[in-house]
Amino acid sequence: MDDRLAKKLTILADAAKYDASCASSGGPRRKAPPGGLGSTTGAGICHAYTPDGRCVSLLKILLTNYCLFDCAYCVNRRSSNVRRATFSVEEVITLTVEFYKRNTIEGLFLSSGIIRSPDHTMEQMIRVAKGLRRQHGFRGYIHLKTIPEASPWLIEQAGLFADRLSINLELPTEASLERLAPEKDGAAIQAAMGQMRERIAQAKDERRRFAPAGQSTQVIVGADASTDVSLIRTSASLYHTHALKRIYYSAFSPIPDAAAILPAKPPPLQREHRLYQADWLLRYYEFSADDVAEAAEAGMLALDVDPKLAWALKHRGRFPVDVNRADREMLLRVPGLGVRAVDRIVAARRHTRLGLADLSRLTSGLKRARPFLVAADHAPTRLTDRLDLRARLAEPPRLGEAPRPIEPPRQLALFG
Amino acid sequence: MRRAVHLAPGADLAGFRAAARRLAADDIPPEAVTWTQGDAPALFADREDAAGAAPLPLPRPVAELIAGVVQHRDPERFALLYGLIWRVLRGERHLLEVASDPLVHRLARMRKAVARDLHKMHAFLRFRRAGAAGARERFVAWFEPDHHILAAAAPFFVERFPSFDWAILTPDGSAHWDGSRLDFGPPGRREDAPASDPFEAGWCAYYASTFNPARTNPAAMRAEMPKKYWRNLPEAAAIPLLVRGASARVAEMIEREAQAPLKRVPARALAAMSAQEPASLSDLNALIRRSEPLVPGATQAVPGEGPIGAPIAFVGEQPGDQEDRQGRPFVGPAGQLLSRALAEAGLDRAQAYLTNAVKHFKFEERGKRRIHQKPSAGEVAHYRWWLDRELGFVGPRLVVALGATAVLALTGRSVPITRARGPARFDGKPYQGFITVHPSYLLRLPEAAQTDAYGQFVDDLRRVRALAEEVRG
Repeated sequence: MDDRLAKKLTILADAAKYDASCASSGGPRRKAPPGGLGSTTGAGICHAYTPDGRCVSLLKILLTNYCLFDCAYCVNRRSSNVRRATFSVEEVITLTVEFYKRNTIEGLFLSSGIIRSPDHTMEQMIRVAKGLRRQHGFRGYIHLKTIPEASPWLIEQAGLFADRLSINLELPTEASLERLAPEKDGAAIQAAMGQMRERIAQAKDERRRFAPAGQSTQVIVGADASTDVSLIRTSASLYHTHALKRIYYSAFSPIPDAAAILPAKPPPLQREHRLYQADWLLRYYEFSADDVAEAAEAGMLALDVDPKLAWALKHRGRFPVDVNRADREMLLRVPGLGVRAVDRIVAARRHTRLGLADLSRLTSGLKRARPFLVAADHAPTRLTDRLDLRARLAEPPRLGEAPRPIEPPRQLALFG
Repeated sequence: MRRAVHLAPGADLAGFRAAARRLAADDIPPEAVTWTQGDAPALFADREDAAGAAPLPLPRPVAELIAGVVQHRDPERFALLYGLIWRVLRGERHLLEVASDPLVHRLARMRKAVARDLHKMHAFLRFRRAGAAGARERFVAWFEPDHHILAAAAPFFVERFPSFDWAILTPDGSAHWDGSRLDFGPPGRREDAPASDPFEAGWCAYYASTFNPARTNPAAMRAEMPKKYWRNLPEAAAIPLLVRGASARVAEMIEREAQAPLKRVPARALAAMSAQEPASLSDLNALIRRSEPLVPGATQAVPGEGPIGAPIAFVGEQPGDQEDRQGRPFVGPAGQLLSRALAEAGLDRAQAYLTNAVKHFKFEERGKRRIHQKPSAGEVAHYRWWLDRELGFVGPRLVVALGATAVLALTGRSVPITRARGPARFDGKPYQGFITVHPSYLLRLPEAAQTDAYGQFVDDLRRVRALAEEVRG
């Protein structure tokens, strides 16, 4: 690989890394045809992990980091002084194919700065995906970051070649978009998501191939004054209206050459973590956005306890729950019990009465679950009502991180 | 009576299965069996006669668990598995559902360890290029799995990389693919794999660049990518340096004050950015021509035809065989019938605009024939944006939908033609609408019915003409 290409790769991978999405999952199972290259497993594979703990599944790069837009939170905005580079369509195809052959990636995640026009940029991205599929018989995973400002016909084209399409919401409210991303338009983003949802659903009904892994989006956390509850409400509505597969929450990260409008500060990683947990409660634990709101204080999720525990602490009257009798829905509300542990409990109790030792083999979260459940040989007596229960169950602050009080985000004043 | 069973090294599933059948048939309890493994030939001739013993009636989940656990490296695995079989056959048929049982728990953990090892091998194995034989490239990988998983792991690589030759070398054995056969061979050595690869430096550069120092969390990385894998991962060499440099990089980002942009605002590019919409019908048609067909088949796009400003536009379903060959709409048999009917109704085809809801011929090849396929609702929807723009440029006062697909394209709804035939309003559209049958429908009717139907079609076109004059007035 020549130096010039390696240099571009360094710039354009660096420029793409703030997008949290990396999944290669959700697609159908495919294998390479004779002479072709690549397969998908359905579940996705992480081929490496970087020291930030995030998985490297796809070659995540920008086609170019030149951009005509000026979104304050973005390292590639036109007013930023970062180094710039542009790949040719062929270069992206070569990198994808060669990395793929070495078994370092599941496929390509392609995004781009806006050059010339949204349509022109989107067309270039589609050419990459088409070239991979047509010239190389590539059956690996392709995720295209759709440009919502591009013409609707380009979405119709992108879905032919991509497994997953996504449009980043970036900021949860129109007001924030207007302030921080002046070229973007919330209504256009929603319209494009709606169009994609319709096409993906239709194609699925008609058994045609059109973005079979569905669509996802990303919201930046901590760049504006939105509360956790308002974010979760937005998410619940997006899952509902646009049938999104995933919503990624990306803690606003300090970037090189940050805009003056946003103070650089460490990213609220714990907050991001709690939002993911709340998101999971929506998708897998039969929680509603209102339930999540009940777990929060002044619109914000607690940082010292997870949202499910926070909900349980506020609804102590619903506990303890008898693991040998309670229905699945209530077991899912028990802090510390995951979906799989609950399924195992439900299967095992058909054949035996479960005691604490049994439970310790069914879940690794027994310490947190104990005060909230009744087992054959265990009743928490006063434990559920103890005033210091929260303190006993709270996670110790992570090493090197000062404990942070629960308070609305600092930017509130800034945007007031 | 004690029994000794000797199995082949590694994941000897066939040997274990045969032995278990034999033991169960002879009613030997688990505590009376000694299991050994190795290259020495079996002391007892159990294996041969076991082939005759009846298969064990095990529930499928149990059989699957056994197939997984035999790959584990723990020498106790066979004794544990036979203990499970013994209990399942003696009344505990649903034993696996009792995940809290200590034996089930232990076996489930062993199987999970095997599954994880398999998954990590699929993830962390790295091929290096080892030249090419003719047009076929060759790649070789060295990998050290924890368990006996090579045979289970190899099919994944066959499905993924059928088009080049590859070999996977491990301390326990090797797998070789030549494009048609997967063979297993003796153990390999690290030195047998190439020492370098032309794209490895690029990959390592990518790995380093995609790391975000502001989120450094090496514990999370190690949980998923334990250190034992690092020595065979070329990118892992950079980890210590990346972690050490991270906090300084972040501190620098936070402390540096926002800088004024060095470049001027690209005013001209910004002004031009919004001018991406096709400015004319020919722009739009050029764009349709260079786009990928959204239906299968089609050799070329067939755009509409007729003067801009035509008072009447006719919208059909999709181009047919002849249209696809010539690249023009309504030139096949149905198009000729339409021309005749237009003339009889006193309409000049040259003054009208003719186009299709779907711009490509959707067909299926059967022998030498190309059989027309009706576009699905979803496919029609893919083309709607283009059709709307097209009619926007032409600006007709009256749009005639020929057949159900055209109605669907213009209204977004499925409407039975027989009921909706006649003048219509298409919601939100600036033109008057009219619905009639597609001329190809007339061609498909039995001959006896054709004359009447054709007469009605011409009548419809006469009403179209009258309506167009009305709208103009």
